[in-house]
Amino acid sequence: MTTLQLKNITKRYKTNPVLDNLSLDVADGETLVLFGPSGAGKTVLLRLVAGVIDPDEGQILIGGEDVSDIDAEYRGIGMAFQNFALFPHMSAFDNIASPLTATNATKDVISAGVLKVAKLLKIDHVLTHHPKALSNGQKQRTALARALAGSPPLLLLDDPLRNVDAKLRFEMRLELPRLLAAQGATVVYVTQDYKEAMALGDRIAVMSQGRIRQIGTPEDIYNTPADIEIARLFGDPTINLLDVTPKSGPDGVYVELSNVKVPLPGMPASVVGKTSVIGLRPETIVFTDAGASGAIPVTVEAETPLNEKTVTLVLTARGREILVSRPAGTPGPTSGPAHIAVHGNTTFLFDKESGGLIRSAAIPMTRNGEAA
Amino acid sequence: METTSTLEKTLRLIALTLVVIFFMFPIFWIFLMSFQTNETILAIPPSIIFTPTLSNYAALITGKLTTAAGTLDIAFMRNLGNSIFLSVTSVALALVLGVPAAYAFARHKFKGSEDIAFTLLSFRFAPPLLVLLPLTQYFQWLGLSDTYFGLIWVYQLICLPLILWIVRGYFEDISADVEYAYRIAGHSWFATFRKIALPLAGPGIAAAGLLAFIFAWNNFVFALVLASADKQPVTVGALAFVTSSGIQYGQIASAIVLSVTPTLALALYAQRYLVEGLSLGAVKG
Repeated sequence: MTTLQLKNITKRYKTNPVLDNLSLDVADGETLVLFGPSGAGKTVLLRLVAGVIDPDEGQILIGGEDVSDIDAEYRGIGMAFQNFALFPHMSAFDNIASPLTATNATKDVISAGVLKVAKLLKIDHVLTHHPKALSNGQKQRTALARALAGSPPLLLLDDPLRNVDAKLRFEMRLELPRLLAAQGATVVYVTQDYKEAMALGDRIAVMSQGRIRQIGTPEDIYNTPADIEIARLFGDPTINLLDVTPKSGPDGVYVELSNVKVPLPGMPASVVGKTSVIGLRPETIVFTDAGASGAIPVTVEAETPLNEKTVTLVLTARGREILVSRPAGTPGPTSGPAHIAVHGNTTFLFDKESGGLIRSAAIPMTRNGEAA
Repeated sequence: METTSTLEKTLRLIALTLVVIFFMFPIFWIFLMSFQTNETILAIPPSIIFTPTLSNYAALITGKLTTAAGTLDIAFMRNLGNSIFLSVTSVALALVLGVPAAYAFARHKFKGSEDIAFTLLSFRFAPPLLVLLPLTQYFQWLGLSDTYFGLIWVYQLICLPLILWIVRGYFEDISADVEYAYRIAGHSWFATFRKIALPLAGPGIAAAGLLAFIFAWNNFVFALVLASADKQPVTVGALAFVTSSGIQYGQIASAIVLSVTPTLALALYAQRYLVEGLSLGAVKG
């Protein structure tokens, strides 16, 4: 276990900054997920920490010690790569053993160490195989085993589930937290999958264009996204974003959707008259009867059943698209006119110009990223 | 292949046969010539029916060339030995120098690295005759002319750029992540070079080495100018068969057969690596 600190790290390629004055603290034993679109600088950040490339500016501290003069092989890091990066000319055993052969360990110790981690990852039966003869899942587990074999205090996992099939990804998503906890290491985990980020991270750092846009617990990020872009990245189906101008009434601030008042309880009066964007999570919109209060008339456009939920695309009178998500098996209209209503306290209001969050209210949610 | 008609098959066979005959016939003819005397070779019309003789090979191996004007000493076996020694040593030296250099060019983009690499490649653009005159001059000043050392040095002009540029491509094809992974696992850069980069670029290095060997073996003009008879390879040594009493076609043919044999054997042996190395590229991680 160790800590990791990045202080004002800048890395440029040519003149383009890939990482722009980035600072980050990872606590002892914490799993920090770096989440963001490709090109955000996540992989570059991991490589800087690993020591295979050097920052142009800034400091990296591992366990409080500045590592700028310490070569990659002395940093005591375990790393798993997105493309596995297995040594194609070595057996799975030798691949996994590579962090151990770098030490003065005897053959027996190495062999015992490899077997232990291979058993943990259920690949002890394919240790004699070369990477070419391994399935994708086995390759991924071998790469992970190699990263874990040396019991490094700091683990860097670069989107290790990216190149495996959906079933395996799901299994590993369940298995990884236990594995990482057993290891007791401090972990930096890179992913582009928001569900993975939610499931694995003690904290999530949302990155884009070389900066950290928001850092917080999965609940924080889901419930109070710092801006429109982050709100859009977390949640499936994506959040509904509609241009609105809040108005003031006797019961407080409200917005109008198709001439129906949607109250925004607790919203400060300062937003009145300001061009804004309202964010409505699809699972916070329900179908309702025509006569119910706050019922907005819509036309059902299309319906997509997605196993555990059904997503419906509806159009408002003005032709604005809204996604509605409901648990599978619950009744709902499949075509023609219908009415929807918004749960009172589950709306986000963003500033149209800056994209920043003005205010939101918490929705209770589970660790899987689904609203309860 | 069911769709291939008989006509198409036949035409393809004819085309292939023509190509093979076109390229293989000179070699086949040389092979036949090496078992004939000058008289049967020069007979008109030429015939492929003759009484084979081993006299050409015997003359080469014993070093005694009997002509109408008398007996001449020829150093063919020595030339063959020189060829083997020069080519093997040159390629070995070029590999020792070129492979680490290729790795450096592939992995480290330092200031001027492209310029240096290109300069090395440009040795292959210039016709050898262009550099020969100055080379002869300063080889004489340095006392390097007519030494094996000097020849091997000059042969680096042929071997080094070839190895450098081919092997560099192979190193570049190895995913950098694979090498990073080994470094991060706790191994030094040199261990990474030895245990990861070298084995993965192995087929490429073998292919480059073989090509360099063939080029070195076939070199004529450097050895002709810079070495005297006892240091010359077979390519130059074959000139000895142009004697005052005529050209000894039979001996030339058998000399060619003997001098082609080592490269041919090597190429056949390494064919697998050569094809793998030149077409597939290195193993990706």
